[in-house]
Amino acid sequence: MVAAPVPPVTTVTSAPAAVDPLAALPGRKADVVPALVIVAFALLALPLVGSGSTWVTLTLAALAMGMMLFIMASGMTLVFGLMDVMNLGHAAFVAVGAYAATSLVGPLSPWLTSDSALKNIAAVVVIALAAMLATAIVGWVFERLFIKPAQGNHLKQILITIGAMIIIEQLLLVVWGANQMMLPLPTALRGSLVFGEVAVERYRLVSVGVGLLVFASLLLMLARTRVGLLIRAGVENREMVEALGYRIRRLFVAVFVAGAGLAGLGGAMWGFYREQFTVSIGAEVLVQILIVVIIGGLGSVTGCFAAAILIALSTNYVSFIAPDFALVSNIVVMMLVLLWRPRGLYPLGAQ
Amino acid sequence: MRDANPLLRLSGVHTHIGEYHILQGVDLLVPRSGVTVLLGRNGAGKTTTLRTIMGLWHASAGTLSFDDTDITRAETPDIARRGIAFVPEDMGIFGGLTVQENLRLAAIGGEFDEARLEWILGFFPALKRFWLRPGGTLSGGQKQMVAIARAIIEPRKLLLIDEPTKGLAPAIVQNLADAFMELKAKDTTILLVEQNFNFVRSLGDHVAVMDDGRVVHTGSMAELSANEDLQGRLLGLHTVAEA
Repeated sequence: MVAAPVPPVTTVTSAPAAVDPLAALPGRKADVVPALVIVAFALLALPLVGSGSTWVTLTLAALAMGMMLFIMASGMTLVFGLMDVMNLGHAAFVAVGAYAATSLVGPLSPWLTSDSALKNIAAVVVIALAAMLATAIVGWVFERLFIKPAQGNHLKQILITIGAMIIIEQLLLVVWGANQMMLPLPTALRGSLVFGEVAVERYRLVSVGVGLLVFASLLLMLARTRVGLLIRAGVENREMVEALGYRIRRLFVAVFVAGAGLAGLGGAMWGFYREQFTVSIGAEVLVQILIVVIIGGLGSVTGCFAAAILIALSTNYVSFIAPDFALVSNIVVMMLVLLWRPRGLYPLGAQ
Repeated sequence: MRDANPLLRLSGVHTHIGEYHILQGVDLLVPRSGVTVLLGRNGAGKTTTLRTIMGLWHASAGTLSFDDTDITRAETPDIARRGIAFVPEDMGIFGGLTVQENLRLAAIGGEFDEARLEWILGFFPALKRFWLRPGGTLSGGQKQMVAIARAIIEPRKLLLIDEPTKGLAPAIVQNLADAFMELKAKDTTILLVEQNFNFVRSLGDHVAVMDDGRVVHTGSMAELSANEDLQGRLLGLHTVAEA
């Protein structure tokens, strides 16, 4: 064993550890270019859309959709970054979240249909939390059954997780039947707020608020907590994290479960947004989630956020301006972003 | 290298990476103090030996014991917790984390022992300037300082250090040599892989030379340092040793 350290060397005048802990956030200068590109992209669409009020509506709708995409994709990007696990079954968690939410509509209907906005909102909060919890539990089982055995082999992971998604979808059909599921919004969240010529749907504002809250919470967790520090380190170099004595597998399971829970929250929100859906609600957004994870920069929460907004904006604008191209627009955006920044909008550890 | 109770003992260790049979029966003893230098040409298996000790690759045959405990099948985190720190060849710095965060990860409970930190910063004063800079923005030499500071931020029984001088400017190499001398004086045991013989000839106490996945020579550094024939035969180092 090494002896106790020698007394402080006299030439050291100030202890860095005494630096203000609040200043201890990553000292990298913020890279604003991708953010500016997204703003420029939105402004560029304004003359093409023509009407200002339509543009505002499209943009706000895209922001709401973008936030939901971000919430759905954030867990997947961390899981990919941390353990190099390609979980295409992540979309199944979206479906589980939506179905878990719909199951509570009955029991909570007195609150959902009440005239009291407080009860309405309380019901939605309970539904969202329950959807997260249910999906997190499914995520834990999913990790044990489908992810752990396929560790370290991408082809296996892709095949097994897609298979797992199909199994989960079929189980949802067995339990809930093949009918369309209903997830009606309560009165308090229905309708629009009108600002001049612009009508803004209340639920879209709520979605944006929840998305920002999740984003801020994730950033704070990553920047200020020890678990966050470990996740950031593990995403960059998991071998080194293990060599420092940490069991990264436990961390990974925790992140996987939390990521599944977030996808469940996204699924519940997406279900409320559509108000009716089928078992394919998750698979329908799988390609978009994948694109968001890839062009954001694997493992990057900030990148995931920026990419989700960019993809949602392009989907909405192109659907309006040139509906025939709506399907290819996401792919075109992905190609352009990757030509510009091959490692994504906000790659990790990039200098 | 004869030691009745070595800190680390590898006996007949074989390691396969995929279809490649890299270590082909490595026998190595690391005594309980001083610097043991692992020499050998590129591809001899030095890095694989360190990674096998660290559990990053598992031995397919043979045994490894550390501090009288069998670690042949142990997982990397457990090996680290037993008191082995590893500085890989690429230094393993987390580029998106600040210098402070890189070091904090290695500190038990995330809290620095202030006196020890001061002691470390005494021989790497440059780290104070880069304290809040992301690791990815540092030069190779600065990263090496972070990597070594991180390895010793807590007292360790054994440091595994892989080619620390590779690609570094001479002034920084001297700085590292001074730091290792100080660590040695504090009774830290180091297993150092190095190609730069001049760097290790004054630093090393014990030597093991590898070739083709085996240890082909063990002895004292004093003996190897004094015997140019041996250097030429084992290391092909006539010109370097005379330089």
